Amino acid sequence: MGCKIRTPEGRTLMTIVEKILARASGQKKVSPGEYVTARIDMALMNEMIRLIQPVLSKAGIRQETFRLWDPERLVVGIDHRVPPTEVPFADHQKRSREFAKKLGIKYFYDVAGGVAHQFMVEKGHVRPGELIVGTDSHTTTYGALNAAGTGIGASEMTYVIHMGELWFMVPETLLFEINGTLPDLVYSKDIVLYIAGKYTTEVAQYKAIEWKGPVIDAMSIDGRLAMGNMSVELGAKFGLFRADKKVIDYVKARTNKPFTPVEPDPDAQYAQTYRIDGSHIEPQVALPHSVGNVKKASEVKSIRIDQAVIASCTNGRMEDLEIAAKILKGKKVHPDVRFYVAPPSWEVYKEAMDKGVLSTLLDSGAMIGNASCGFCTGYQGVLSKGERCIAATPRNFKGRMGSPEAEIYLASAATVAASALKGEICDPREVL
Amino acid sequence: MATIKGRARKFGDNVNTDAITPSDVLHLPTEELKKHTFRPIFPDFPNTVREGDIIVAGTNFGCGSSREGATAVLKELGIRYIVCDSMARIYLRNCVALGLYPVISKGVGHLFNEGDDIEIDLDRGEVNNPKTGKKAPFKPISGKLKEVLDGGGILPFLKKITEETSKPKQA
Repeated sequence: MGCKIRTPEGRTLMTIVEKILARASGQKKVSPGEYVTARIDMALMNEMIRLIQPVLSKAGIRQETFRLWDPERLVVGIDHRVPPTEVPFADHQKRSREFAKKLGIKYFYDVAGGVAHQFMVEKGHVRPGELIVGTDSHTTTYGALNAAGTGIGASEMTYVIHMGELWFMVPETLLFEINGTLPDLVYSKDIVLYIAGKYTTEVAQYKAIEWKGPVIDAMSIDGRLAMGNMSVELGAKFGLFRADKKVIDYVKARTNKPFTPVEPDPDAQYAQTYRIDGSHIEPQVALPHSVGNVKKASEVKSIRIDQAVIASCTNGRMEDLEIAAKILKGKKVHPDVRFYVAPPSWEVYKEAMDKGVLSTLLDSGAMIGNASCGFCTGYQGVLSKGERCIAATPRNFKGRMGSPEAEIYLASAATVAASALKGEICDPREVL
Repeated sequence: MATIKGRARKFGDNVNTDAITPSDVLHLPTEELKKHTFRPIFPDFPNTVREGDIIVAGTNFGCGSSREGATAVLKELGIRYIVCDSMARIYLRNCVALGLYPVISKGVGHLFNEGDDIEIDLDRGEVNNPKTGKKAPFKPISGKLKEVLDGGGILPFLKKITEETSKPKQA
């Protein structure tokens, strides 16, 4: 385990992110507000890799002088417009592929890799205590495995893959303590939506979140991944969890590389502590067009839906597919609803197939899609003007899934499956 | 560095990356994209912008996607400073990476109207409206970030490094 840093008074004072940034910048202690230059442990690029070449030529950097700082620490995946439906996207992917080859990318996941934030954890590229950057805002997902992950832009990534370092402002940390026990059919997604509704989507702007408490301890890795992922929807730079036995077991089963988990010090300084009684959280729904526009599912009455989606880097993992199958077993999705389910990786897909979960969903009338970002980002299953969709995905911004005159409602996989069955938005406890 | 002077171009709160660079034109070349800048909220902006204009906005400027084009296009239009109450995290990073100076000061958005003269004292960390005499303090950027900004962003910085490291080495 990581050694504790003590002040001269003998008191220990650092949060998880402070310890990770201190270690990565070669310092004994760092404090919020301080700028540090930190070594990057892992970097993830998606199709954005195709932008590196033009970025370099625009900046007048000769390509032969540009090289990877460490091929062991860079992962590239093609996940957004998969499979491509138009020639320009096929061109982007071709350029990404060619450039990845030219640069000598060792860990390259082509279209069959699935959603990057899922294969990153599945293939052992995310390890506790590490600092990870990605050209995607949902890089915060890795906090579930005690890794500090955050999103950056293409120019900064160009710098990172040559230099292996980047500047950071050490963020303040918010502590969210979720106490009690979650009621049946309430999931981590509901917790984040509840917080977004109560404290706004800016509650953690520039800050790190640490998630703790009995509800978190009892939560599955799948649930924590959804929560780390959604931390960015609260404005957070990082959404971190401790590395308990579940995390250690998950990671050890996927990599032989050594790692050092990071615990917060017992008297670490938090900018604010929120104590939430998880026992009283009910299934939540974010209404159009903001993640913070939240109501209890039971209060959303008579909202007829045309489409239901379980997919993306937020939801669609085994836990989500299993509850959807449980809700829909032996039943049929409402005839007016198109129900799309896309597991985020082929590993999840296969497990769901082997367990008969996909078969149950197919029998209920679901269409099973391929592993990609498509259903969440408006490349697959787009909505027409005036249509309504309930989605177990991260964002409901206007126009994100097609027509700007369509409406997107966000919820857990359980609430989405129940709503698909009923044809209108409902609390999953009404149907199970 | 002396005081920066310019003309304030006024925006409100939560200007998101889709409002800066609408997603239906995002794939266009920069020259085309420039013509659509701020189309949903300030359609006349591309026709009236002048080199050296200064963006003045409220809270959470640049929220939304991590797309760098939303920052790059402002630089292409001659903007070098963005003065606002607060800025979304990834947008702030992209500003520094591309050499745009973020001047962040709570309440500063209310001190200016569209077209007002604006002065930014980068040494003292003060924004001034010479017409009203109202001032707002800010924390000037220092250290390595300032080095990056002064050099025009992270890529000129990288260029310097690659040129130095690619020089023939003596054993």
